[in-house]
Amino acid sequence: MSRLSDALERGEFVVTGEIAPPLGTDLAAMRHSIETIGPYCHAINITDNQGASLHLSSLAASRAALEMGFEPIFQQTCRDRNRLALQSDLLAAWTLGLENVLIVTGDDPRSGDHPEAKGVFDLDSTQLLEVAAQMNAGTDMIGRPLKGGTDFYLGAAMFPEAEPWDIQLLRAARKVEAGARFFQTQAIFDITKLERAVDALRPMGAKIIAGVLVLRSARAVDFINERLAGLMVPEEIGARIKSADNAAAEAIKLATEQVRAAREVADGVHIMTLGLDDAVPEILAGAGLS
Amino acid sequence: MIITRPRDWGRIKANLADVDAKSVFIMGCGQCATVASTGGEKEVLQAKTALEQAGYAVSGWAVGEVTCHSGGTKLETRKHFGDLEAADAVLVLSCGAGVQTVADSVKKPVFPGLESVFLGNVVRHGVFEERCQMCGDCVLDKTAGICPVTTCPKGLLNGPCGGMWNGKCEVLRDRDCTHVRIQRRLIEQGRGGTKVLPAKDYSKKLKPGSVNLRESKKGGAK
Repeated sequence: MSRLSDALERGEFVVTGEIAPPLGTDLAAMRHSIETIGPYCHAINITDNQGASLHLSSLAASRAALEMGFEPIFQQTCRDRNRLALQSDLLAAWTLGLENVLIVTGDDPRSGDHPEAKGVFDLDSTQLLEVAAQMNAGTDMIGRPLKGGTDFYLGAAMFPEAEPWDIQLLRAARKVEAGARFFQTQAIFDITKLERAVDALRPMGAKIIAGVLVLRSARAVDFINERLAGLMVPEEIGARIKSADNAAAEAIKLATEQVRAAREVADGVHIMTLGLDDAVPEILAGAGLS
Repeated sequence: MIITRPRDWGRIKANLADVDAKSVFIMGCGQCATVASTGGEKEVLQAKTALEQAGYAVSGWAVGEVTCHSGGTKLETRKHFGDLEAADAVLVLSCGAGVQTVADSVKKPVFPGLESVFLGNVVRHGVFEERCQMCGDCVLDKTAGICPVTTCPKGLLNGPCGGMWNGKCEVLRDRDCTHVRIQRRLIEQGRGGTKVLPAKDYSKKLKPGSVNLRESKKGGAK
């Protein structure tokens, strides 16, 4: 059983972080990030060609994190691989000791650094969750028994602030039916919307880890609003960062408030530092979590 | 209908240069390419002028009735035998199916003059939209008559994805999210709560497609 699943199922408030593997084979910077945030996290998400841009594979990077003594959440998108490759990588992940998997659709290739690439999307994230759940039950997606199955702790993404909410919720509910045990949400700006997600999904047996973004600079705010799909920083929050004398300090203060608020509502927080890894201990301590 | 758009003129000239063509025969199409305003008589004559201005001789031209029709296109090329003999190359203003039919009917090098882009709905005159990819495994029964395979840029069967914002698509931000539209219509029709759509059977779309009504009438292959 993974440390993440153990803590969540016991009702402990969890902290997860996020690391992007490098573009290249030099793991030094990634290892430094993992060492910085790892001691404060129950598990660390290792992204899969994040932003539809080329990075070292999540599989190899997740294994590297594990070898350093930290628990990874292996991320798998549906964008780059067909059903054979996805299943084969899931089997590989289990043999490499990766127990947590976050399954997401993936950004469209047109938004990334290889815009001419073919988006695969042979399966969508709900279907891939079903496939991984089948592997946990000992078969591949066509029902053939596996010689040695898996026992993944399966997660999915959701966005409590997305409208129309009824349709967003329907989608999340289907992910739970498909096998998702935990959700990691996109960045939360409105705690009441996090509450509505938790109230709806917790009774279905899912744990909710609230996304917290460290809006480290005015540039970061603009980047998110212009470039990141499905995410908008509300005007008053953007203005708070932009008008601050020290944007990074203000971002840490904001993230601390958000973590403190999420503690009252969700099952954990997922901190996305946008590179400000050193801020993690301060945010957690400020929110009374260390 | 098949939607086509003009091919880059530089590529056409490079194709003609590859075979050292001095004289060109132009073939259009009386069906889709005429409606799409890419390969009807008007566009064939525009191509003729452009070729002549670029220094080529145009030995003749024709607009086949249905250029993807093998029998009809063979007849059309026979009618223009002399002009085709005088040409070093043939430029076809039709979809790729028509280009190949012409290439099977004449002995000269044949080049595409258009790009074939999609099977299009005619929304109104001159406005075409892709609504069907001819996947061979229709899901419109489950999706309220809105095709997610085609109209979701990611082709997801189950959505919306995480990029949907205020009901809009993450990739084409001025368009409504297909999955929101599907769910809305299902709910309006009292058909909400559809289960997860299973993974698509891509073997139904193995290339190349082939249908032979004569064989099936004889009780042969499907």
